[in-house]
Amino acid sequence: MDFLTHPLNVVTFFPLLGVLVILFLKEEQKNTIRWVALITSLIAFGISLAVLVQFNAANPDLQMSINLPWIQVAGWNIHYFLAVDGLSILLLMLTTFLTPISILSTWTAIDERVKDFMIFFLLLEVGMTGVFLAQDLFLFYIFWEFTLVPMYFLIGIWGGPQRMYAAVKFFLYTMAGSLLMLLAILWLGINQGTFSVPELIAKGGIPADVQLWLFVAFALAFAIKVPMWPLHSWLPDAHVQAPTAGSVILAGVLLKMGTYGFIRFNIPLFPQAAVKAAPVMAALAVIGILYGAAVSYAQEDVKKLVAYSSISHLGFVMLGLFALNEQGIQGAILQMINHGLSTGALFLLVGMIYERRHTRIMDKFGGLWSIMPIYGALTLIVSLSSMGLPGLNGFVGEFAILLGAWGAGDAGGVLGSHYYAGFAAIGVILAAVYILFMFQKLFLGPITHEENKKLSDLNWREIITLVPLLILIFWIGLYPKPFFGLMAPAVGKVIALVHGAVMAALP
Amino acid sequence: MTLNTLGSDFVILLPLTFLLGWASLLLLVDLFVPQERQDTMPLLAVLGLVATIVLSIMQAGQSAWAFQGMAVVDGFSTFFNVLFAISGLVGVALAYDYLRQMDLARNTYYTLLLFSVGGMMLMSAATDLIVIFLALELLSIPLYVLSGFARPKGESEEAALKYFLLGAFASGFLVYGIALVFGATGTTSLAGVVQAVHGGALLNPMLFIIGAALMLIGLGFKVAVVPFHMWTPDVYQGAPTAVTAFMALGAKAAGFAALLRIFLTAFPQVSADLTPVLWVLAALTMFLGNVVAIAQRNIKRMLAYSSIAHAGYLLMALVPYGQQGLSGDVSASLLFYLVAYALSNFGAWAVVMVLERQDDQGLGLDDYAGLGSKSPFLAACMTVFMLSFAGVPPTLGFVGKFYLFRTVLQGGFVWLAIIGVLTSLISAYYYLRVVVIMYMRDGDPQTHPAPWLRWTAGVMAAGVVALTFFGGPLFNWASQALLTAF
Repeated sequence: MDFLTHPLNVVTFFPLLGVLVILFLKEEQKNTIRWVALITSLIAFGISLAVLVQFNAANPDLQMSINLPWIQVAGWNIHYFLAVDGLSILLLMLTTFLTPISILSTWTAIDERVKDFMIFFLLLEVGMTGVFLAQDLFLFYIFWEFTLVPMYFLIGIWGGPQRMYAAVKFFLYTMAGSLLMLLAILWLGINQGTFSVPELIAKGGIPADVQLWLFVAFALAFAIKVPMWPLHSWLPDAHVQAPTAGSVILAGVLLKMGTYGFIRFNIPLFPQAAVKAAPVMAALAVIGILYGAAVSYAQEDVKKLVAYSSISHLGFVMLGLFALNEQGIQGAILQMINHGLSTGALFLLVGMIYERRHTRIMDKFGGLWSIMPIYGALTLIVSLSSMGLPGLNGFVGEFAILLGAWGAGDAGGVLGSHYYAGFAAIGVILAAVYILFMFQKLFLGPITHEENKKLSDLNWREIITLVPLLILIFWIGLYPKPFFGLMAPAVGKVIALVHGAVMAALP
Repeated sequence: MTLNTLGSDFVILLPLTFLLGWASLLLLVDLFVPQERQDTMPLLAVLGLVATIVLSIMQAGQSAWAFQGMAVVDGFSTFFNVLFAISGLVGVALAYDYLRQMDLARNTYYTLLLFSVGGMMLMSAATDLIVIFLALELLSIPLYVLSGFARPKGESEEAALKYFLLGAFASGFLVYGIALVFGATGTTSLAGVVQAVHGGALLNPMLFIIGAALMLIGLGFKVAVVPFHMWTPDVYQGAPTAVTAFMALGAKAAGFAALLRIFLTAFPQVSADLTPVLWVLAALTMFLGNVVAIAQRNIKRMLAYSSIAHAGYLLMALVPYGQQGLSGDVSASLLFYLVAYALSNFGAWAVVMVLERQDDQGLGLDDYAGLGSKSPFLAACMTVFMLSFAGVPPTLGFVGKFYLFRTVLQGGFVWLAIIGVLTSLISAYYYLRVVVIMYMRDGDPQTHPAPWLRWTAGVMAAGVVALTFFGGPLFNWASQALLTAF
């Protein structure tokens, strides 16, 4: 019984209950199916709140762990090991928070094969939650790869005209990286005798040159997922073709699985390699920031613009992580959440206008402010949050990251040069350029197209979908302390590991 | 090695002797069952197979020699006895619906199937090179006949003839290899070979290595390893699909049973010469099988190349066979993967048969368009099998590949493992294409009602997923299915 009622098991597998109920419903009962899915995901969010209440923010270690032997034959030492700590608690909350919002956003947008859609969506939630909670590499890999399957269907069945191409590309790209990680996982299991992450960290002792190879194998899997420049080419296709709810989850949660992988596995497991690789990773991150911003500016399609802006924003996250200091990593984790909120909201907003107008080309709009004032106001807030205006969430994360990167640029820091932070700061300015440019094209100026005059403003359901996101955008922007408080001890532990590695590397 | 009386030899090999006796009996019974009564023979075949499974399970944990060291009962052979008898059961279930929907129902089918299962079982128990050869013929000859079962259809006859000619050619290699090993060691019994190699009584080491290589070629034909795979696509495509499904697993598993027993017991001393050969063969097989599968538009041909590729993955885990302390892992990972492959293989072919119509209609990949909405159950099962073939969690195929790669990495063959994962990636492309077509294209596929085929698909899909999470007993069983040492 303990196993079934353990809070982490419940929060991970509860959506399966909804899947089970939906399996017994008929395709025609569309609204019932929608309600079942929504209520299931809301309850899952409620359970995750209960986990948050039980969570002890002062404890830097893994908490609420459930650790049972799973496969123990023939020298396999695989455990069923779920636990949560300061690195993952916020991402767990983000997952359970964005899922009901995404489901709500599909109410009218998805009208075909609703049953299949909701089943895949809830399965996806199981996979994502599992990724953030698994502390055994084998179990982690199962959840990690499993998320591909439902997402592949979400893009491939309900996506845009190029959906099949985008779905297969998404699947193969991600799998390519994962397979080398699988070999690295096997290497660890064979040579260290365990797949459990905390045990592996405690054991340590991997020679520096081997660390570097393992680091590369893990980093490839995660860098494709993030995606870091130059491994990003699957992302625009997947985002543009995915249905709105799919894009929200893809940007909001799936990309974070990559950045989370770096902080959970790459840095603590291979600290020496992480220190060595930091300048390269940071350089790639900065290129990503500038490249993403520049390409966003050139887009005509709003959704593509938001997709490329993700590359830029996640570049900030990567830069913060590989500053390998407190401010950088804390800022990076917060920025993961921020990007989930702001970009999630942007994709929702793009979806809303697409549902009305069936186009996303910016030239087809203009002067929307006078026709859809509520829509305009909400878009303005979200856009400002995305470009990092002080007082909104994006600013806090980006500022902390830049501080961290600057600090790492001091003599003795891992980056050893202030250029990283300097070029990244240019990215902040570019973000303001492309986002304001987009806003201007859509909302300001005269109404240039007759069709747009008949567009209706947001309805209650749509406003309710967005309000929770806006509340958090303001909350994090004005009072981020509780969020930092949740992660600070766990981040401190990672930093200590990195320092230990730096000391060990000294002659 | 104790000498038994002839009677007790039969008792020791009871599952096998019972099955062969039962099959011979059915040969006679067949004469008295009118052709219109189509249920009797399958039912009798099922009874015989179920009894065989029970007898095999009763032997679990036992270990004994029979026929003066020519055959053995051990954990390894018991594992394969059960695997082959269950394959036989599935083979009957698949054939029962399939033969009727293709107007091929003839009672001889089931007798031949039982003889072939008997050959496979003997293959896993044989500890004498001559008995291995006999077993190979006993399992192959019924398969040659079954491949031509759809006569007078041209493709089926072609498949039978091609399979027979190339199979006979391969047998020639095997026999010649056995002859050379005999020449080098003065014995055909594996125990004798082991003694000769250990005791330094090897008359001619060069002959021994050439003999071993020729035997590898002979068995390589059977399990469809590149470059001895040429027959596979044509035979798989031309043979009646129920036969293909049975052959794809049965002949491959029997071939690997023999390879494992011979290589792990008799050939470790020459691993320095054979390991590079196995390495190259495994890499070639994985690569070619998966790459050529991409170009196939016919599902039977695609699955044929996929089966070649899987022979490559299995062979990959055999590469470190000569290393001290790894033989248990080599054998266990191969056995485990064979079970994983068996489930997905039978399931996938069952789905293929539900869609296949007469005159080779319904076999193109495009015939699967729209299956996702027309028949969600079949499409979901097929998706599970494709993911399992590709090694994507949460399927047994993933756990199986994990085990294979673990063995290879333990042996220190990192580059082979990397080739393995990269070719898996290639394979994901064509497996996913089936899923894309089923779910993302519109179409109106026609399906047969075929309850047995649907049941088979459902049970296999459930097994593929459930065993991923609750595979403990299977792990134990595979890791305890030990070969008798000499």
